[in-house]
Amino acid sequence: MFLIYCPHCEEHREEPEFHASGEAHLARPEDPEACTDEQWGEYLYFRKNPRGLHRELWVHSAGCRKFFNILRNTQTYQIHGSYKVGEWLDVEAHPEQEKDEVISS
Amino acid sequence: MSNARFKQRNRLASNSQFSGRIDRSRELTFRFNGKYYKGYEGDTLASALLANGVDIVGRSFKYSRPRGILAADVSEPNAILQVGSDEANQVPNVRATEQPLYDGLISSSVNGWPSANVDVMSLVGKLGGDAMGPGFYYKTFMYPASMWETYEKVIRKAAGLGRAPTLPDPDKYDHMHHHADVCVVGAGPAGLMAALTAARAGARVILADEQSEFGGAMLYGTEIIDGKPALEWVLDVVNELRDYPDVLMMNNAIVNGLHDHNFLTINERRCHHLGNAIPADQTRERMHHVRAHSVVMATGAQERPLVFGNNDVPGCMLASALSHYIRRYGVVPGDSLVLMTSNDTGYQSAFDWHDAGRSVVAIVDTRQEAHAHWLEEAKSRGIQVITGSAVIDVKGSKRVRAAVISSINTDGTFVTGATSELDCDTIASSGGWSPIVHLSCHTGAKPVWRDDINGFVPGESYENRWYAGSVAGNHSLTECLSDGIQAAQQAVEVALAGVEVAQLAAAPTVPAAEQAPTGQSMAIYLVPHTKAPSRAPKQFVDMQNDVTAAGLQMATREGFESIEHVKRYTAMGFGTDQGKTGNINGMAIVADTLQQTIPETGTTMFRPNYTPVTFGAISGSHVGHLFDPKRFTPMHAWHLEHGAEFENVGQWKRPWYYPRGSETMDEALHRECMAMRKHVGILDASTLGKIDIQGKDAREFLGRVYTNAWEKLAPGKCRYGLMCGEDGMIMDDGVTTCLADNHFLMTTTTGGAASVLEWLEIYHQTEWPEMEVYFNSVTDHWATMAIAGPKARALLTELTDINLDNDQFGFMEWREGKVAGVPARVCRISFTGDLSFEINVPAHFGMHVWEALFNRGKKHNLTPYGTETMHILRAEKGFVIVGQDTDGSVTPADINHSWAVANKKPFSFLGKRGMNREDCLRPNRKQLVGLRTVNPAVVLQEGAQAVRDPRQEIPMTMVGHVTSSYFSPILGRSIAMGVIRGGIDRMGEKVYFPMANGDVIEAEICSTVWFDPDGHRQKA
Repeated sequence: MFLIYCPHCEEHREEPEFHASGEAHLARPEDPEACTDEQWGEYLYFRKNPRGLHRELWVHSAGCRKFFNILRNTQTYQIHGSYKVGEWLDVEAHPEQEKDEVISS
Repeated sequence: MSNARFKQRNRLASNSQFSGRIDRSRELTFRFNGKYYKGYEGDTLASALLANGVDIVGRSFKYSRPRGILAADVSEPNAILQVGSDEANQVPNVRATEQPLYDGLISSSVNGWPSANVDVMSLVGKLGGDAMGPGFYYKTFMYPASMWETYEKVIRKAAGLGRAPTLPDPDKYDHMHHHADVCVVGAGPAGLMAALTAARAGARVILADEQSEFGGAMLYGTEIIDGKPALEWVLDVVNELRDYPDVLMMNNAIVNGLHDHNFLTINERRCHHLGNAIPADQTRERMHHVRAHSVVMATGAQERPLVFGNNDVPGCMLASALSHYIRRYGVVPGDSLVLMTSNDTGYQSAFDWHDAGRSVVAIVDTRQEAHAHWLEEAKSRGIQVITGSAVIDVKGSKRVRAAVISSINTDGTFVTGATSELDCDTIASSGGWSPIVHLSCHTGAKPVWRDDINGFVPGESYENRWYAGSVAGNHSLTECLSDGIQAAQQAVEVALAGVEVAQLAAAPTVPAAEQAPTGQSMAIYLVPHTKAPSRAPKQFVDMQNDVTAAGLQMATREGFESIEHVKRYTAMGFGTDQGKTGNINGMAIVADTLQQTIPETGTTMFRPNYTPVTFGAISGSHVGHLFDPKRFTPMHAWHLEHGAEFENVGQWKRPWYYPRGSETMDEALHRECMAMRKHVGILDASTLGKIDIQGKDAREFLGRVYTNAWEKLAPGKCRYGLMCGEDGMIMDDGVTTCLADNHFLMTTTTGGAASVLEWLEIYHQTEWPEMEVYFNSVTDHWATMAIAGPKARALLTELTDINLDNDQFGFMEWREGKVAGVPARVCRISFTGDLSFEINVPAHFGMHVWEALFNRGKKHNLTPYGTETMHILRAEKGFVIVGQDTDGSVTPADINHSWAVANKKPFSFLGKRGMNREDCLRPNRKQLVGLRTVNPAVVLQEGAQAVRDPRQEIPMTMVGHVTSSYFSPILGRSIAMGVIRGGIDRMGEKVYFPMANGDVIEAEICSTVWFDPDGHRQKA
């Protein structure tokens, strides 16, 4: 069971307070009508499934109800950080993680 | 009964130097396999059985060989018993070594049919034993596949592992949650030292140990600390720890799982020494959920037995187990001992045996040269030490009769001389010590092999974890103590940032420890025999799963080279055992067979739980009515009082129907439906999800998440909305009310309330954060009751100041006013197709208004109806229920709701692009239509599959299925809806429903609207 830092509440809380909402940083196409079926299908259904670092969208559903992103290693389950929607957390700031990305490639 | 009958023949006298840590003044009676025995308070079931000279405790899993007790601790593979003093507290698969003895305990072997002593299956084991290699059951009972279920019953009867109780468990269990700065796992020397160090530094400490007493292996050792017997030091430490308010110490508490981010599950067995005499306010077991900043693992090491021929005959034991039984329980489990060891620690067990007054025939050391200190000690006791030799086989079947020994080469790979026999009744072996790395693996760290200690140590982890003492391969007492201090210092410094433990005045120093010297041990796992393993007597590696050295070699010959595959093919390390005594030996044998090293072979992963956990501990108090929260509407007490039957909708309890007197369900539904259509009915609709939406962009937001238009909905009006996912499939529907230009109230399906709120939030927060809009769940804030029927207006008029005239208060409008004297929002919306008012009042007024309606309602025959009548009434009007008539693969067009899709909206609303994908536009999709049975009395089954031609060959081409089907009282016939391929364009065509009993039901495709198709009644 994870211990997750909510960047809105600024506290570590237990996993049952949260819901995972899948891959983060999936922007809805600006003009859906301009998408081909294949492009729309990509947006709808295709997700990364990396072994290693993964950016995920979570929601503090039993807390502040805010969505936020976490950078998590899917192999070790280490959470390298939480950050708000619209922000970015640099992998480079965590040298030990680059190793993980090599593994994932 | 005379005490002579109960003589504990292997119990040492109370005046022996090994009087044991038992209370001889408290004699306990227990039963095993139908016979009565005596033991003492402080005994385990295992020590009491051995005290009474019980050799056979069960039959082995596969070969049904007699088995005795091998170990004295959690690693025991054979003494897996059924325990309980009555039927309700039966526990299967209890290790006798972990079960405290209590008066009245009843236990029996779990294997062995008809009994452990005389076993039918042993014939199979003896005669067919050589043929029962790994995969025996798969290979033998594979054909024909249809017979497997029959084979399985017979196989299971002959080789079971205990049984569940047939009565409900009367005991209580609970969970407890903790936060700790430092959690210390194991209370041997390293763990105690770590806990003391952390406690003195001011940390919140949890110390958990699986045994009934603190001290670890020192409970049966010879160690001296600070010039005193080690257990006196243990007592001092424990007493000091008890004084710290922030230190929690637990005995009988197995850390069963070490999960992500230092989350530990600790199973504390609080009453296993009490049988069924548990006080009413006491829980039997408690599961502690611990979130620790730092974890110090001091789990110690596990002695490995050596693998040799017939090493499972009762009387074959682990060397350390002898000391454990002799020193801790005053039990010496035999008369004459041959002890085989590959290291120096094994010697002490033979000395204890000798000092207890029993005969040591020989110490057989597999090394060519023994350590001078231990040779000297043996000599002083007159014990013969045979070096460069090994016990290669055992004589005896139900008890050891003799050890067959032979000299072996330096590497321990082959026999070098002639064999000879040594008469004895006990053979103990020590192959060295394996660090207990199980917990360290639970989150994925791979253990690392160390040649210098012939064992795996925990692998690296990013977590705040430290390893102290034997688990880290540091077996000496001084190392354990200093490791404990160091680990705790680092653990505390991480947990309590800014504290430098070593600088603290109270920081403990390493106490002076005295321990007998030990030299290099020999890396030997499988003891060679004169014959190859495949021809030698069975050499057991994993006794619980009956895995032999020959079986492992066969598995590798059959091509299983990965240790994980070998494990699954042979079952090594399976079951409740989890590879405690057998795994390292097994990996060594596989490595040797594949001619590679142990690290190349690797280890299988250990996963939670370390030992079996009862369902009671897992569920805690979440059983019965506490299993899941229940949600009640404000009028729930009324429903109960009026005999409602309830339906579970999510966590909600909704009235299903209200039977009167001896009415059947059908009769009640008929009465409720007719009362509503002819007079007036009332439905408690409080469970519908309600989301309050405010902000200047609220209207635009609704337009984006609903498929239909919201631009022009004026305050005072309501509108039905259809919500789709980005794939274009219907996910929810409901009526939204415009309270003010920037204020709306959205209703959702009862089950969809939470997910719809999250759906709105995710789009607002991640896609359109610039929009000014706020969402709030107000489901529980309002009591909602729908009154429907021709008399609805007459009834409500009596109770409200709102003008209900048709020209003042039209269909799909809402008004604010008072109902029964309290503020209310009344919506003129209808889910029945009849004149209907939905009254919303603050939840705490709900019962008041409901009762006021009934006070005035008698003359109108006001009749409460439940969800089942609601389903019939709405189906008569063709209203869909999302989740019943739709299933996540249905677009608005598929249910003929294109009228609710506003394609001209400027923003590409959620679902628009999805529902215009090629596949969603193709003709011949399954579409929602009415299904009129030719025989009006026949009610179709929901889920029944439709075909166009019932005479076609099986498998028939299915063209759809029934989604809703009822008998309509007002129409006097059956009604149904279903999805049929291309159905909307096939009005009047026939479809057929072939049923399991051979009947074929014929139906005509028709409109979904059965009753009042022009909609006059709801607008009346």
